[in-house]
Amino acid sequence: MRGPDIQWYVILAALLFATGALGVMLRRNPLIILLSIEIMLNAGNLLLIAFARLHGQEDGQIFAISVMAVAASEVVVGLGLIVAMGRRHVDLDVDKLRTLRG
Amino acid sequence: MANFLVWAVWCVASFACLASALAVVSFSNPFYSALSLIGNLASLAVLFLLLSGEFVAAGQVLVYGGAVMVMFLFVIAYLGDRTGESPWSGGPSWQIVGAVLAGGAILAEVCVVVGLEAGGFLSKPQHVTRSFGSPEAIGRLFLTDHLIAFEVTSIVLLVAAVGGVVLGSHARRIEGDART
Repeated sequence: MRGPDIQWYVILAALLFATGALGVMLRRNPLIILLSIEIMLNAGNLLLIAFARLHGQEDGQIFAISVMAVAASEVVVGLGLIVAMGRRHVDLDVDKLRTLRG
Repeated sequence: MANFLVWAVWCVASFACLASALAVVSFSNPFYSALSLIGNLASLAVLFLLLSGEFVAAGQVLVYGGAVMVMFLFVIAYLGDRTGESPWSGGPSWQIVGAVLAGGAILAEVCVVVGLEAGGFLSKPQHVTRSFGSPEAIGRLFLTDHLIAFEVTSIVLLVAAVGGVVLGSHARRIEGDART
């Protein structure tokens, strides 16, 4: 059983990452920005697992699981911030958070 | 025949993956975006299975598709629809042009790198045993070679939980101040 070669996985991961990056750069709703970050992290995970399979070692999968844990933590903190915004009755729009500017 | 089947599954899964990723960034309602991210995660789990990462695929469905997305949907339902933005409106147009250019640049770079390396070692995957990527093998690696990563991950999750609680209690105090 031989599936697609590694190039196809790399191209798919690049397309996914570019889609997520576009979402982060173009959308202004922080919820959708968080979802786009998830897409980018998953593109990285796909590459880690594809190369783990290519080299026949499981270390890449260990990395992918660690990335999943970091992504879960990031979602907790990000959603906490968004709920705090919602409780202050701030519009959910990252362009309106001007007081965060340095 | 098995070869054809693998290709067919790969094509369907990767198409679903890309389509749902595009849906995530283009829906104006975050609820639909979150639902299509679940589809994205599920099709990625299928790709992980094709790469014989069984444990990671199961974790993807359970942790991402289950826990994280339920949290997302709860927050979206809690906040309600208060954005009212049309998806691509606002912001100067040079921002959009720059974003599209940057996305295209990332894509072009990766395609060039792949094109340069494609004839070499990239197309010869190693042969692996049946236990590759099984929970047993992953667990053994986690408790031997990657013990520090395992412990650091637990600390990261603990810090994130504390951070979530602190953010929530802070927001509640502000709400109480506003009321009095």
